[in-house]
Order: sequence, then C-alpha cells, then structure tokens
Amino acid sequence: MELTLSILLGFMIIGALFAIHAKDLLSAVIAAGIVGYSLVICFLLLKAPDLAIVQIVVETITLIIMVAVVLDSTREELKVKVDRQQIINISLALIFIVLLAFFFVQATGKLNPFGEHTLRMANAYVGETASKTGSTNLVTGVLFDFRGYDTLGEATILFTAAIGVLSILRIKGRK
Amino acid sequence: MKGMSLIVKKVAQLIAGLIFLYGIYIMVHGHLTPGGGFAGGALIAGSYILAILAYGSDTIKLKKEETGTSLTESISIFIALMLAVAGFFIGTKVFFNNYLPSGKIGELISAGVIPLYNIFIGIEVAAALITIFLALIIYKEEIEE
Amino acid sequence: MIVYILCFILFLVGLYGLITRRNLIKIVISLSIMEFSIFILLVLIGYIDGGIAPIIPENVTNPTYVDPLPQAMVLTAIVIGLATTAMLMAIAIRLYRKYRTFDIRDIKNLKG
Repeated sequence: MELTLSILLGFMIIGALFAIHAKDLLSAVIAAGIVGYSLVICFLLLKAPDLAIVQIVVETITLIIMVAVVLDSTREELKVKVDRQQIINISLALIFIVLLAFFFVQATGKLNPFGEHTLRMANAYVGETASKTGSTNLVTGVLFDFRGYDTLGEATILFTAAIGVLSILRIKGRK
Repeated sequence: MKGMSLIVKKVAQLIAGLIFLYGIYIMVHGHLTPGGGFAGGALIAGSYILAILAYGSDTIKLKKEETGTSLTESISIFIALMLAVAGFFIGTKVFFNNYLPSGKIGELISAGVIPLYNIFIGIEVAAALITIFLALIIYKEEIEE
Repeated sequence: MIVYILCFILFLVGLYGLITRRNLIKIVISLSIMEFSIFILLVLIGYIDGGIAPIIPENVTNPTYVDPLPQAMVLTAIVIGLATTAMLMAIAIRLYRKYRTFDIRDIKNLKG
C-alpha cells in the first residue's frame, strides 16, 4: 500500500518537474494533467471514491480550459536568460525550500504514522451521521449537514468566479 | 465556432446523452452512493461541453445560451440559500437545520433536505462551469471578428 | 512516513516553479500542483489501515471507516481550485491580448 502510493507520488513529482521545465506550453499543460490523473488513482487507493469521481471530471474540464487558452495564444515558452534577477529568484526559492523543510520536519514528528489515524474528531461524525441525518454516504452527510456553511461558501465562490470570468472576458457591452 | 468531423459528431451524439443521464444518477443518489452534487454537476457540464465542442455553434446562439446558464446559476444558488434560511422558521430554528423527516436509512427518499441540497448545488455547479466555458468561447469568437 | 515526505517534495516542486518561472501559464500550473499536493496530504492523514470507504454497508456490523472529515474538506477544495484556475486563465488570456506576451516582467503598466 505504502509502496504503491510512493511509486505513484514519484510519477507525480516527475510529471510536475517536466511541467515546470517544458519548452512547449502545450506539453506543460498535458504534463500537469499527468499529476491530476495520478491523483485520481491515489484517491481510489485511499478509499475515497467521492473524491475520485469529482477529481477526474474537474481535471478534464481544467485541461479543456487550459488547452483552449494555450492554443488561442502562443505555445512557445519564453527564452530564459540567466541574469541577476533569475539568480536572485532561484536562491530565494532555495532559501524558502530549506526553511519550509525545517518546519516540515518539526511538524511530522507530531503526526501519527501512515495508516494509524486515531479518529479523535471524526468519531462524532462517524457514529452519529446515520442516525441524525439518515444519509448512507458519510461524506455527503458531513458536507451538507454538519458543515453546511462550508458548502454554502464554496457555492458562493464558484458563483463569484463565474461572474468574474464573465466580467473579465466581455469586450462589447450587453445592450 | 466550427464543428468537428462526422465521426466525432456521431460518437458525441451517442455518448453525450449517456453522460448527462449518469450525471443525474450521481446527483440524485448522492446520499446513498459515492458522488453527490459536485460530481453530478461537473458531469452534466462535461456532457454539454462535449456537445458544444463536437457540433459547434454560431455566436448569437451561444450568447442566448450563456444568458440562460447564468440565470439558472443565480436562481439555483438562491434556492439553496432559501432552503438553508427556511431552517430559521421550522423546528429548532437553526440555520442549515435538517427539518424534513429523515425516513428509512438506505431508501431513495430519505435523509431530509440533503437530496434537495444535492440537486440544487449540482445544478449550480453545472451552470457555473458551462458559463465559464461559454464565456471563453464567445471571447475567442469576438476576437476573430 | 515516506509518503508524507514525497507529498512535501511535490509541494516544494510547485513552490519552486511559482518563484522561478516568469510565464503566466507556468505560474498557474505551479499553483495547481501545490493544490494537488495539499489534497493528497490531507487524505493521507485521514487514512486508516483496513478501513473501508465511508459509506455504510448493508450487512457488516461495526466496520472501521476511513475519516470522512478530510474527504469532505478536500471535496470542497477541489471545486474551489477549478474556480480559481478558470479565473486565472481568463486573466491570463486577457493580458495576452493587451501585451502580446505571457512574460510577467513585460506587463509593467500594472505598477502603481
């Protein structure tokens, strides 16, 4: 289990590295698709079918939008000259990476090992969802009943994004 | 925008309806099986996007379609909000109260208001995604004119 | 423990791309890679060995479920990620029409 996940995560890292360094923007977008679709398999292995269904559809739609934008503009990556600004950026990135790695080592010491989650918080949800809401799918029960505010905020964000895209992309006014 | 070749059109004609039905199934059974409003809505949007990409359409029709989808989106999120507000007036008077009877566990009509939330959030997600996609296509068409 | 470390390396790859790249499309891709790493980390923390998916089965008494709470949170986050990506793409294509480039250093009129 842990080995399979490690191999998949290794593929995802290789895909991400290729997506960042690709010379062609179209292949960069498709390499980002590798990361997204590997995530679907990881979700299935981790017993999260809801997430797998949502992720596979959302990833497809994201890829369609990205490919449409890339084909509509340009496919060529910029010529990266190594100048002073670039060196400053790379060293800044390395400093950030070392700093975050330090905090990560501090934080993982407090985490449970993989597969031994203690369910302190979720016992209430697991035990009471069926009797209180009558929903067989615990994720839906949590999403729409115990944590309805989150769902409402999420729907509002999607609504705002649609209105934002409409107002950004409109050239002629509507009469 | 132009449509694609005959083979793509025929395959899209066969598959788009099935995807649409599968989206409705996922949405309605959200409280029983994996899935729910988000997944179902995204699937329905996917079937529309497939049909538009395969068949193509002219800008005026797309603009009418866009007016419809943004209206649907606004109305369905308003209904979902009103379902939540209705909890203030029924039963224990809490926002997001589950005020309908929960019924027998495992049946299609059960779990109180959760199926209703699933359906309206699903319609909202589908309409929002189609609106974003149509906005991109119409922008491309207007640039080319 | 190795899976957590690999997740974190994925996050760092996204962060590296975000800081060093100058192309708007590459920046959006790096942001979505960072999002993916956070999703997988949250779901990994909620996993239990021998647990079943959080859907109540018919004939099994007292099964062990994986934690449904991180899954619900990640479900919300995936759709928000789609919304932000679409919005960033709209901004990127609009900027390309005005400046004819994706280079963020050439887009200077935004400076105050």
